Parts: sequence; C-alpha cells; structure tokens
Amino acid sequence: MVESQFWKSLFRVGIPNTNRKRVLAMLGNVVLHLHPVKTRKSGVKMRYTWCAGGVTFFLFLVLTFTGLLLMFYYRPTVEYAFVDILDLREQVPFGIMREVHRWGAHAMVITVWIHMFRVFMTGSYKPPREFNWVIGVILLVLTLLLSFTGYLLPWDQLAIWAITVGSNMAAATPLIGIEGPAAGLLKIGDIQLVTSSNDARFALLGGRFVGAGALLRFYVLHCVGIPLVAAFLMAVHFWRVRKDGGISGPV
Amino acid sequence: MLIVNAARGLVNFLSAPQYLVTVALVLLIVAINVRAIWTKRGGVVLGIGGVLFFALSYLDPNFNKVATLPDNVPIVGMIFLVGFFFWWAMHNAYENDRRIAEGRPTIEGEDSAQKVFSWPDLVYVELICLVVVMAVMIVWSIFLKAPLEEPANPTDSPNPSKAPWYFLGLQEILVYYDPWMAGVVLPSLIIVGLMAIPYIDTNPKGNGYFTFKERRYEITIFLVGFLVLWCILIVLGTFLRGPNWNFFGPYEFWDINKLVPLNNINLSEIIWIKIFKTGMPGFWLFREIFGLALVVLYMGLLPPILAKTVLRRFYEKMGIVRYLIGVNLALIMLALPIKMYLRWIFNLKYIVNIPEASFNI
Ligand code: HEM
Repeated sequence: MVESQFWKSLFRVGIPNTNRKRVLAMLGNVVLHLHPVKTRKSGVKMRYTWCAGGVTFFLFLVLTFTGLLLMFYYRPTVEYAFVDILDLREQVPFGIMREVHRWGAHAMVITVWIHMFRVFMTGSYKPPREFNWVIGVILLVLTLLLSFTGYLLPWDQLAIWAITVGSNMAAATPLIGIEGPAAGLLKIGDIQLVTSSNDARFALLGGRFVGAGALLRFYVLHCVGIPLVAAFLMAVHFWRVRKDGGISGPV
Repeated sequence: MLIVNAARGLVNFLSAPQYLVTVALVLLIVAINVRAIWTKRGGVVLGIGGVLFFALSYLDPNFNKVATLPDNVPIVGMIFLVGFFFWWAMHNAYENDRRIAEGRPTIEGEDSAQKVFSWPDLVYVELICLVVVMAVMIVWSIFLKAPLEEPANPTDSPNPSKAPWYFLGLQEILVYYDPWMAGVVLPSLIIVGLMAIPYIDTNPKGNGYFTFKERRYEITIFLVGFLVLWCILIVLGTFLRGPNWNFFGPYEFWDINKLVPLNNINLSEIIWIKIFKTGMPGFWLFREIFGLALVVLYMGLLPPILAKTVLRRFYEKMGIVRYLIGVNLALIMLALPIKMYLRWIFNLKYIVNIPEASFNI
C-alpha cells in the first residue's frame, strides 16, 4: 500500500526512516511545519512542558469542532435556546457532543492555568520570550471570556444567573458603570451622562439585564468574535515560540 | 462515630475563610522551603492523603451534594491537577537546585545541548497526548451529563447566585471589596500585573529550567497569588459558600435560614464615634481623611520607604520605574489579605467610605 500511487501522492516522502526523510516530513506537511525540524531534547520532554500548552490547543480544536456541530441545532433566541438544548439532551441517543463541549471548556480553562504555571515555574517568560508571555496572558483572558460567553447559551437558571452575577460587575466600572464610583458625578447641568441605558453593562448585555439582547450578543461573541481573535493570537503565539528560539531551555 | 464527628467538626471549623486562608498561606510558605515534601515519598504521601480526604468526604451527604454538582466536578479535578503539577514543579526545582549546588548541569541542561528530530520524537509525544486527552474527554462525557436546570426565569433568582466557577475567587473577594474593586479594578490589575511580570523580573537566572533557590521571591509571590488568592478562593467560593453567600463547612448542611450577625463598621465610624466620640463630620473629605491618608501612605509612601530599607537590594537592582510598578502591584495584591484580616479581626467594613461618589475601599 505504501507503494501505491495514492499513498505516494498523499505522503510524498514515504516512511520517514532516514534523517533526510524526517526533515522532509516536517517541512512538507502544513500542520507539522509549525514545528522546527529539530527540537532541543529538553523541549520535547513531558517532564518539562507537561504538554500543557499543546493540550490547551488541542482542546481548543475539539471545542471548535463540537461547537460547530452544536451550532447546527441551536438557535440563540429566548424562545428556542433552552428547548434546543433540551432536545439535544433528550432526543439524541448516546449524544455526547454537548458534554464534550462543556467539559472540554472547563478542562481548557484548567489547562491554560497549568500551562501558565509551567511557563512561570520554568522562568520561560524571561528574555527573549517576554512578549510571548504577554500574548499568553491575552489568550488566558480570551479563554475565560469564551467560557463565560458560552455559559449563557443554554438559557437555563444556571446560565442567566451566573451571567447576571458576572455582568453586574460591569455596572460597577468606575465612571462608565451606573453603579460605579464617580459615575454620578458625570453630568451636564442636571442631566446624568451615565444611565443604565448607556453604561458599560448595557454595552455588554445589549440591555439593562440579561435578556434577548445579551443572548444574541454572547452567541455572536462566543461562536465568532472571540474564537477568531483567539485563533489569530494562537498563531502568533506558536510563531513566536519558534522565533524566540524554540521551547526554552537553559542557555 | 465520635472520632468521625470530631474530625468533621475540625474540618468544618478550619474551613472558615479566616482559618482556611491563614492555614493555606502559612502552609504554602513553610512547605516550599521544606525539601522533604517535594521528594517522591512526600508526593506519594500527599497524593494518598488528598485522595483519602476526598474519598472519605464523599461519604458525607452534605459534602457529596455540593461536590457532585456537575459543574463542580471539574474543580475537584483542578485541585488534584494543580496539586500534582505544583508538586512536580517543586520536585524538579529541588532536584535541579541540588545539582547546581554540586556543580552539575540541571536536568534540562543535560538535554539541552542535544537536538532531536521533531519527527518522531516530538510528533509522537504530541500524538500520545492527543489520544489520552481525547480518551479522557470521551469517558468523562459519557459518565457525567452536562447540567441543565430549569428554563431561565428572570424573576426567580436562585440563592446563592454564583458566577461561573472560574470567577468564584473574584466573587469571594466581593465579601471584602465593593464590585468596582473586586469585579473591575482587581481583575484588570491581575491581567496587567501578569503581563508585567517579564518586564519587572530582572533576575536573569532560572530561565528555561525548574529552580527554586535562584528565584525564591518571585516564585513565592506568584504562588501566593495563584494558589492561595486564586485557586483556594475558588474552592472556597464553590464548596464553602451557600445561601446568602454565608460560609458553610464542607460537611455542613446549606441552611437557607442560617443567620450570621453583620456588625461591620467603617474606619471613619471607629475613629469619629468610638475614639473621638464627636459624631461624624458632614463633609466627606474631612470625614474620610484618615482612611484616605492610610491609602495614600500605603500606595504612595510605603514604596519609597521600603526602597530605603528592606527592599533596598531590589530597588538598586531594578531601577526606579520597575521597582515602583512592581512594588505597587505587589502591594495591591497584598491589600486583599490585609483587608481580609482587618475584616476578620476588627470587623472593619470600609477603610474609605464615600457613598456620595459610590467610592468605597
Ligand atoms: C489558549 C491558550 C494557550 C495556548 C493554546 C498555548 C499554547 C502554547 C504551546 C503549544 C506552547 C509550546 C510549549 C508548551 O506546550 O508548553 C506554548 C508556549 C508558551 N506559552 Fe502558551 N499557550 C496558551 C496560553 C498561554 C498563557 C496563558 C501564557 C502565559 C501567561 C503562555 C505563555 C507561553 C510562553 C512564554 C511559551 C514559551 C514557553 C517556552 O519556550 O518554554 N501561553 N504555548
């Protein structure tokens, strides 16, 4: 089979059993060429990286895939959101897509933390990798936001009240949140500039409370906005890992 | 039975925020300096201890009820994962420190001179990780159903209403700080502070290998922040906060009628009413002058004083900009436990309380 025309058209180098072929295998494949041809021996060890960044990325891919499937069945309106999830739960025999998606999201939050912890404990943020750490922090925030926006979508009690608690914080933003410090001081004559219909929480929820506007907003951010930004930054993140000299190691 | 109840009582007692945080802080700071804990034997003992604690606790109906809520299951996982990797990092760090002391290369150093072909060495490791993760996800998803509660009802708020679990540390901070601090300022500063780490930390050592001795202070500060002020507070917010955000021990029933006396008092009230016995002045600036002065002293004057005294070495090494940013960030982080202890010891509510501008610290 390895000799067949089809196989050869697929994997041009054949079985990478010589060093030359190993090089070509890495260079010729669009996914594998994310990696350098050769890696520092300390960098490939689980003992060092814990593969935590890799697992995080892998979970991101799993979430993208399962999320896409869920999108076929889910409509982000107050009328349908809950029943669609209920249908997924009750009507699909052996269906675990929603489970994989939810638990994958929880797991990704945990693995990002563990990845950050590993990077810190090995001092890998030190020069020349300072900026990649900064990108990492943004990715961490995006991961939390992805999880947060997704939390609302099932539209059950758990969802809206968790998001209510969270988004009430936006109302407390100094100056631009209705309940925040100094917001009441912003006025022209008698007219309050910051009201509950134009403050930070309103911008987040598209309304004064968690309602239809918030559901749509969170849906769009969850399914399109944040994943796009996160995917882009991951590309930058991986690019920088290589440009900063590969996985860190003692110099 | 007597012993079991006594043990339960003890754990319930020690889980109260004031003891939990104190015990965690003390244990952490002591533990990272005790080598024996980070040996293989230490790890096994800790691991077995942890598993036993949870296994036995699941037998308790009240514990079981909270810990088996579907969305809380991952947090139990987090406790073990973070615990394991904490031990693993310190284990390697101590091993490396010993090697460095003996003048030998570190574990990573032994390998780092060599390069290996990414195919197969790296690609296979990744493939194995991938398969393991996929297997774990599938098994987990088959055995634990994703939660779905009653349909959303904006008029019926559950008690307690909790944010998603990863924000429960911040929600816990709401007990001590107002929402603008706990929900906006502190999270922003956590993000900024994390981003600033590489630019503040000028220690060239410990780059690319595990070590503790060469980075003692950085690691201690980070661990206090990450393990105690982030992870432990999440555990507290998830497992130990029940109706009305009251504290409940892990084996305690979440009684919705539990009454906790609230007798918190502002600094300005302590000063004007209790000490000066004059009654509160009307003008806010005058009324809050002591609290404001404390804050200004803490954020403004303390850093230069420390630069001249205890932190002189750091000040000279880091230069003024790095030093000021770093110390101020550290002080803000420290302000959280400080405020906690002020609450626990003096029932202090606000250091500065200006309702005129919704500004409370
Ligand atoms: C969505 C989130 C993230 C993904 C998918 C991701 C992925 C990765 C991967 C695959 C690597 C290669 C080495 C490894 O697996 O450890 C890596 C390295 C790195 N990551 Fe991340 N990461 C994420 C978030 C973060 C965060 C939160 C930080 C820090 C705050 C961070 C900082 C770094 C740094 C500094 C390196 C270079 C480490 C070295 O050279 O040893 N990343 N990341």
